[in-house]
Amino acid sequence: MAEVDPATRPLSPHLSIYRPQLTSITSILTRITGNALIVAVVLIIWWLLAAATSPQYFAVANGVITSWFGDLILTLSLWAMWYHYLAGLRHLYFDTGKGLDIATAEKLGWAVIIGSVVLTILMLILV
Amino acid sequence: MVQLTLPKNSRMTTGKTWPKPEGASNLRKFQIYRWSPDDGKNPQLDTYYVDMDTCGPMILDALIKIKSEIDPTLSFRRSCREGICGSCAMNIDGINTLACIYGMDEIKGDVRIYPLPHTEVVRDLIPDLTHFYAQHASIMPWLETKTNRPAKEWKQSIEDREKLDGLYECVMCASCSTSCPSYWWNGDKYLGPAALLHAYRWIIDSRDEATGARLDELEDPFKLYRCHTIMNCTKTCPKGLNPAKAIAQIKKMMLERVV
Repeated sequence: MAEVDPATRPLSPHLSIYRPQLTSITSILTRITGNALIVAVVLIIWWLLAAATSPQYFAVANGVITSWFGDLILTLSLWAMWYHYLAGLRHLYFDTGKGLDIATAEKLGWAVIIGSVVLTILMLILV
Repeated sequence: MVQLTLPKNSRMTTGKTWPKPEGASNLRKFQIYRWSPDDGKNPQLDTYYVDMDTCGPMILDALIKIKSEIDPTLSFRRSCREGICGSCAMNIDGINTLACIYGMDEIKGDVRIYPLPHTEVVRDLIPDLTHFYAQHASIMPWLETKTNRPAKEWKQSIEDREKLDGLYECVMCASCSTSCPSYWWNGDKYLGPAALLHAYRWIIDSRDEATGARLDELEDPFKLYRCHTIMNCTKTCPKGLNPAKAIAQIKKMMLERVV
């Protein structure tokens, strides 16, 4: 019997066929928001640097930041901050070995998603 | 490494649609991953129609019916047909489970069946689990003792025995490990939920005397700490076990022994 070269064996499909789970989505969102926040911080630092550079330069930076696009980015960043913060708390709780049954983990997941949206809207209204 | 797309030789094509059984009125459509090492072609998704009126209730019943009545070349592993051998683990309707204990009525619409995700395919629904078993062997899945062997048996209190509940029931079907994105990307170095659940099963066994050595062995950025509590493992376990929790307990013990 001819031995098949294992290198020619295909890799079975993974991400494209696996059904997204609430816990896997909350997990990947934690990473995405974390990385997005780094970009948002760079943007804000650029704004502050512009303010320290010259009135003309600040006018340009301020124009970008306060445009509808800037508003959108900052609003999303606000949500990302709340999401990342709440997800971090959830992970701290997980690290104590608690809340790891599926029912509780999913409840906490929804709490993080809904909580981050509510806090973002509240902050937009209040601040 | 994260690799979102499949290698060229692994991309699926539309396969053959097999003829519907004659005279059947209650048909169900099955789309099944096919790959043969013999023809040099890419994997393909074949379509089968199964008569539900003459078929048993489980996914495995349908697979066996397809194999015996429609297409004898369809290959899959199966043995006990009651969820204790762990052979028929596969990806059914987007999650990993055992075909023999997953009911057809749990799925809406067409049934899609793939081999366990991110594994090397030997043929059709049969994955190569060599590496998975080697990882299990690496955690020393046996009782390690230093004291003299007792005259009869190693005794354990009822309370200590209860700590093994929810761990010893694992049948090593690999559903959890192959559901884990961390294991997909770093399975070469990360032990994965199944091996870690087994590691914990021996770590907390009151009769075992190698707890320290077991923890030392896992103190590694990849072996244990690639778990990011994604929890696909616990969600998909066909035996209802909780590898995510077992892993969290190991991490906790790691912390407790340094503080």
